[in-house]
Amino acid sequence: MSNIKFENISGKYFNLMIKNQTYRIYMEESGKGIPLVCLHTAGSDSRQFRHVLNDKQITKQFRVIAFDLPWHGKSNPPEDHKDIEYKLTTKDYLELVTSFCKSMNLTKPIIMGCSMGGRIVLHLALKFPDLFKSVIALEGADKLDPYYDLEWLNRPDVHGGEIQAAYVSSQIAPQSETKYRDEILWHYKQGGPGVFKGDLHFYWQDGNFEKKSHLINTKKCPVYLLSGEYDCSCTPEKTIETARRIRGSKYKIIPGIGHFPMSENPKLFFKYLKPILKEIIS
Amino acid sequence: MKLIKNIKKLVNNNTQIISKGRWVSLKFILGVDAEDFIFEINCGKIVSIEKRTVDTKTGLFKISASLTSWKKHWLYMPPRDYHDLFAMLSKKIIKIDGNILPLMQNLQFFKDLIASNREKKG
Repeated sequence: MSNIKFENISGKYFNLMIKNQTYRIYMEESGKGIPLVCLHTAGSDSRQFRHVLNDKQITKQFRVIAFDLPWHGKSNPPEDHKDIEYKLTTKDYLELVTSFCKSMNLTKPIIMGCSMGGRIVLHLALKFPDLFKSVIALEGADKLDPYYDLEWLNRPDVHGGEIQAAYVSSQIAPQSETKYRDEILWHYKQGGPGVFKGDLHFYWQDGNFEKKSHLINTKKCPVYLLSGEYDCSCTPEKTIETARRIRGSKYKIIPGIGHFPMSENPKLFFKYLKPILKEIIS
Repeated sequence: MKLIKNIKKLVNNNTQIISKGRWVSLKFILGVDAEDFIFEINCGKIVSIEKRTVDTKTGLFKISASLTSWKKHWLYMPPRDYHDLFAMLSKKIIKIDGNILPLMQNLQFFKDLIASNREKKG
């Protein structure tokens, strides 16, 4: 008999067809109940949600699903990837997420994304309010401004993984445990060349929609925003400005946490997430 | 300035920082208020930290901030925006100038080198 204590997460692959392009997608899931789809940050992958996927209280009521976007983690890029410069656009990202939910036959899932995932869930609330039960934007805002030059992220004389990790280490709170901090940075060190840069095209340029976000109907699709005090990218101020534009949205700033709440301090994050999940299903 | 010169001992006694900077051999400037300090690095170790006396003594790049800001960065639990070099950059608390290629190639090393001056617990 084996003494191994397996986690309750199961991982699998499937092919997702979008615009005549087939993507081999990797996804993980755990639990039963209302679907809760989780979207990772730019330049990382679904491993960021392992604590949510492993939380017994959450998975008792929710079917938690996290998948790697194409080009990320264990999902493949398109077959002709070596001839393409990867640049994520709002249109493509919306199509990816809605196609994923459709292919999974998910009925009114809750969708929770972090960083660029936190941005796209706001777009989803605007474009497809009937498809989702609610959206939760972690470190999500409707507009952000770059504070460094993206060209440094993909060039032969700078190690892409090392600089990505060094960049995002600025967004982690000093209170977060070293083991969690190092795990987040490890994921960034593993990203494919140019992928973080391509994601930031959406996050810092194409995905800004501060002039349209006020059109989100929170009566149809409730919007929750959670951001960390120490996030120097999607700052508390940016989150509050966004929440003020989206009438009916609810926000909270989490003290002592940074840009990766679900993976840098899961215990503290759950104190803020669980009441939201409870409210959504009540 | 004793506070700045302390960094030499802190870095040279830290094998993790030295290992991270093992390919770094250069001079850079740390600006503190109106004063500049030239750091000479050899294979990740600090050879010297000297106050800049004339403009012809220089470094490849310069990272500068006010003394008040550096002191906040070096608190055991720094406040938000002061907790990391690039968090400070995002709020324009620090200024970076010069040929920053070696800085970007070894960003975590330089972050750790400067942050080594942070207060220890207790």
